[in-house]
Amino acid sequence: MTEAARFSPLDRPNSYVGRSVSRPNAAGLVRGRGRFVDDLTLPRMLHVAFVRSPHAHARITAIDTAEAAKMPGVVRVATIDDIRDYCSPWVGVLDHLKGIKSAPQPPLADGKVFSQGQPVVAIVAASRAQAEDAAELVDVSYEPLEPVTDPVAALEPDATVIHPELGDNLCFQRGIDAGEVDRAFAEAAHVVETTMRFNRHTGVTLEPRSILCDFDPSERALTLYMSVQCPHMSKNLFAKHLGLDENRVRVVCGDVGGSFGIKIHTYPDEMTAAALSVMLERPVKFVADRLESFVTDIHARDHDVSARMALDAEGRVSAIEMDDLTGIGSYSVYPRTSGIEANQVLNLTGGPYAHKNYRARARVVFQNKNDMCQYRGVGHPIAVAVGEHLMDKAARMTGLDAAEIRRRNFIPEDAYPYTAPSGAIYERQSHHACLEKLLEACDYKGLRRDQSAQRESGVYRGIGLASLVEITNPSPAFYGVGGARIASQDGCTLRLDPTGGVTLATGVTEQGQGTETIVAQVAATVIGIDVNDIRVITGDTDAVPYGGGTWASRGAGIGGEAAFQAGKALRWNILGVAATILQERAEALDIRDGCIVNAKDGMERMPLSELGRIVYFRGDTLPKDLAPELVVTRHYTQNQYPFCFTNAAHACHLEVDPATGLIRLLNYWVVEDCGTVINPKLVAEQTRGGVVQGLGAALFEECLYSGEGQLMNGSLAEYLLPMAGEMPDIFVDHVTTPTATSELGAKGVGEAGTAGAPAAVMNALNDALQPFGVEMTDMPFTPEKVLRALGRIGGGGED
Amino acid sequence: MILAGGQSVIPALNMRLNEPAVLVDINKVPGLGVIEEKGGVLRIGALCRHEQVRKSVDVSAHAPLLTKALAHVAHPAIRNRGTFGGSLCNADAAAELPACVLALGATLNVESAEGSRAIAAEDFFFGFFETALEEGEVLASIDLPVLGATGRHFFDEAARRRGDYALAGLAAAARVEGGRMIAPRFAFISCGDRPLLAGALGELVATRYPDAPAEDEIAEALARDLEPPEDAVTSSAARMRIATVLAARAIREFQQNGGRA
Amino acid sequence: MSRRAITLRVNGEEVTALVEPRLNLADFLRQEAELTGTHVGCEHGVCGACTVKVDGRAVRGCLMLAVQCEGAEIETVEGLAASAQGSELCEAFVEQNALQCGFCTPGMLITAAELLDDNPAPTREEVRDHLSGNYCRCTGYQAIVDAVMDVAAKREMS
Repeated sequence: MTEAARFSPLDRPNSYVGRSVSRPNAAGLVRGRGRFVDDLTLPRMLHVAFVRSPHAHARITAIDTAEAAKMPGVVRVATIDDIRDYCSPWVGVLDHLKGIKSAPQPPLADGKVFSQGQPVVAIVAASRAQAEDAAELVDVSYEPLEPVTDPVAALEPDATVIHPELGDNLCFQRGIDAGEVDRAFAEAAHVVETTMRFNRHTGVTLEPRSILCDFDPSERALTLYMSVQCPHMSKNLFAKHLGLDENRVRVVCGDVGGSFGIKIHTYPDEMTAAALSVMLERPVKFVADRLESFVTDIHARDHDVSARMALDAEGRVSAIEMDDLTGIGSYSVYPRTSGIEANQVLNLTGGPYAHKNYRARARVVFQNKNDMCQYRGVGHPIAVAVGEHLMDKAARMTGLDAAEIRRRNFIPEDAYPYTAPSGAIYERQSHHACLEKLLEACDYKGLRRDQSAQRESGVYRGIGLASLVEITNPSPAFYGVGGARIASQDGCTLRLDPTGGVTLATGVTEQGQGTETIVAQVAATVIGIDVNDIRVITGDTDAVPYGGGTWASRGAGIGGEAAFQAGKALRWNILGVAATILQERAEALDIRDGCIVNAKDGMERMPLSELGRIVYFRGDTLPKDLAPELVVTRHYTQNQYPFCFTNAAHACHLEVDPATGLIRLLNYWVVEDCGTVINPKLVAEQTRGGVVQGLGAALFEECLYSGEGQLMNGSLAEYLLPMAGEMPDIFVDHVTTPTATSELGAKGVGEAGTAGAPAAVMNALNDALQPFGVEMTDMPFTPEKVLRALGRIGGGGED
Repeated sequence: MILAGGQSVIPALNMRLNEPAVLVDINKVPGLGVIEEKGGVLRIGALCRHEQVRKSVDVSAHAPLLTKALAHVAHPAIRNRGTFGGSLCNADAAAELPACVLALGATLNVESAEGSRAIAAEDFFFGFFETALEEGEVLASIDLPVLGATGRHFFDEAARRRGDYALAGLAAAARVEGGRMIAPRFAFISCGDRPLLAGALGELVATRYPDAPAEDEIAEALARDLEPPEDAVTSSAARMRIATVLAARAIREFQQNGGRA
Repeated sequence: MSRRAITLRVNGEEVTALVEPRLNLADFLRQEAELTGTHVGCEHGVCGACTVKVDGRAVRGCLMLAVQCEGAEIETVEGLAASAQGSELCEAFVEQNALQCGFCTPGMLITAAELLDDNPAPTREEVRDHLSGNYCRCTGYQAIVDAVMDVAAKREMS
């Protein structure tokens, strides 16, 4: 028997892989014993509040801080001139995004402001309330400059250039031209085309961005308690820009109250807080309030797309052409850049389908708005909505059913591994199986019958399908090759303790998605112990192996495989020691339920606690040359493909009230394939949470800006989020196609829900609106837009 | 500034939109939290919490419109604290209760050091968050005529999410006596700078009873009284459209089953 | 700003403190009573994370001033979890994975506990309605509804 087969996680006795183990860290959270950044108080701790720009674009002519500095509790009022020597600016570019450019971004505004909410002055005081009291007395004089908000206008030759040193407002552009697109369109039996608008929205983590910075001048050491996704990345960035020795910067990430891509970027206010801690040699805490969060947490999407699709007479896609224009605010966000989302839109559009001819262009444009960057789903929701909307239009044009046209166009089962015309490589996907299982789960035929019957009585229901691919388990090709110090590898350290329990430290992080449970399940399975005997450490850069943390749906696939490999190594080490103690061949032994047993008959030979006792306290009884090693570390990098793509099929069922324009979600179904399912409940919950974020994008969420670059709805009363009352129950099931890139076979599942939901909602809505002969492609789908589309109210601004 | 339930005042303080020098908490003033029916009048104390009113048997018997409307007011934890009187004094055109007291023809009893006075609901709401309350006056209670056997009522609103301010909403009441509809009052939410009574619609409906006006006639009548605001998401036209749809539904209910749902 | 002395009971324990009149109840609980289970998510009463019970009713901790709570009986998630009824709900939340990041959870638990006090056998629809003012970005709400329904079913059987 090969080593791999012996330790296959799926057939180990007492395997935890595939079981819905409860999350140990949830027990504390329900009792109010979480440890979030704002729960921490350090001796002599100070608080920082910011005076932020009310203008989208302006020159600062004077800053008067005299009155503020006199206020009770105020310790320091700082402008860029005070901070400059403590923190250097940063530039959000990557080498592999050819031609991407951005301006140096300072921690506090340096002469000009480029978006509303940009921090201008920092006030440090004994309490947050006192800092805010003083902030009201800071007097900043501005000379307003012309705000550039519309991406199309921003590219006009005579447009105001936001950062004059860059020459123009184009941050990045990329084109793909594969196959013979013009010929395919010329020869097409059918051509469908569309223009689509993807609303700017944001993550709204319930716990705002939070950081507590503690500088110790004696060692020039900085400890950062952060609500963050990638502790090692943050460690590097703060060290670099604060001019500190990276070895003396420690990031500690406790509980994180939601992240979704929001807490993965470099924010000027957080950098300033750290610089102030260094300057003042005291702990400084910054917790964004909700209003600050809306104007400064990265925003997402904001794309205008035009696209068309060519089909032959049988409804087979022969070509796709698209053009994507996206506004990203005034800086490309550091260090991941704001070019990645558009890049992914190009890579992924039409992903599930076997077309050969593809032409696409993306333009990424600066504007005087808050910065746009990677948020859950990164590019996927746009790519999926474009492809799936065109597919539905094609179905209507050709008279094929929406499911049937997808069947005809999926990449053939025997074509894998498959290289798409965008260059994306798919190891193996299960589009057919997912779609068929989905249609059965939702009783597709029954829904269609119900739809016809309901229409008779004036009730308009729609069914929307969406098939998708999702990027997970990224290789270094994502960021590393571009020069960013963002690790795609991850590590896991396992230590057998004298009790027979295991302490596990991993570089992937816990944001509520269940990473700690997943790695414990994998390690417990491979070692052969009770999952409750594993204690997991994450988030502390002083304590865990160097790793990438949480991004691109990599926790289970990358972190899980590192735990798998570490588990194998520890198990082998344990068996080696046990073999010596028991005078037995290691191959004849196994570990089950925390006991060394005979591999053959399972007879108990020695509990691990006894082995631990001997190794740690009675080394004198062991042979002199044994050198037992009960701590192991293994790292894993997924290197076979740029990414491990997953796939899924979604269905949405909804009802439109043509009288009021209100849309009611009735049901939602997902069948997804993330490879090996380690914990079915956690996979389902990742999917549901992701779907609801996508439903929010489709129906409710939008950062509304005025033409002058002012956010008009920056509070929870005005920015509508999906709530329990409007959300449907969501059915989740699986098809399992393990990836062969790892022994565990797990791919990611964090973003597929968000990727598919906007497309499924849009297709369901347009299906419901068929009797009226109208189509909607401008998200979010508000009652106003529905009434307008139906002609119930007039076109234009006024009725 | 007076602090009652605080569900609108305190958010403004937290956001530093308002920095009053003095805040007078009236929550412990005795006698303002009582609901009682006496001689055909239902009296609701200004400090009665929304949940208290919503669950009150007296209210569901004598002013069921309120019971229905209060289910749309925010969410349970807000309703546990927010007060009936506070909502009226806040005079938000998008709130449910101001429209309800207009539809029901309520009288608002106001107290001050100088004495007391009664203000009819239609004279209470002045404009954008403005009321007839003078400096030094406090709303003490609200009197509502009880809904007799001939009374009819309707409440509905179109909101994107539960508990949200409505795109448009309608509180309506009328009496049907001797085959005639008497004093139908249609009060609209989110259709002006304050809760608005659509007088022209009331007349039209009363005149036509037992027939119902057509939808375009309803729209025409509403255009005379309503002036829905516009924001970045919802146009005045959309609110008007929804108001028309709600009015048609109300009129249909009044006709079909007497609106005693 | 002049401070005022207040005395109230938090989870059955008497707490006396000198507070600024502007301090809201949620900040008081976190900073003065050092009970950080109550979370602050928006400070304008919309997100529901700070929901606590005051004299038996669920209210927004950010929409009451601490000075208004003189003599009041406050229950936070820490107190709820220590009660028999509350711990049943907590366990159901863990069992159903009705929380991910856990930031909304204290408010969800307090709100759900109040629902079950008033309506021991709610429908799924009633649970969704009652929780409709508590924002959760992680779960999509279904698991939370499942957990509340589980507790209701369990109580009905016992």
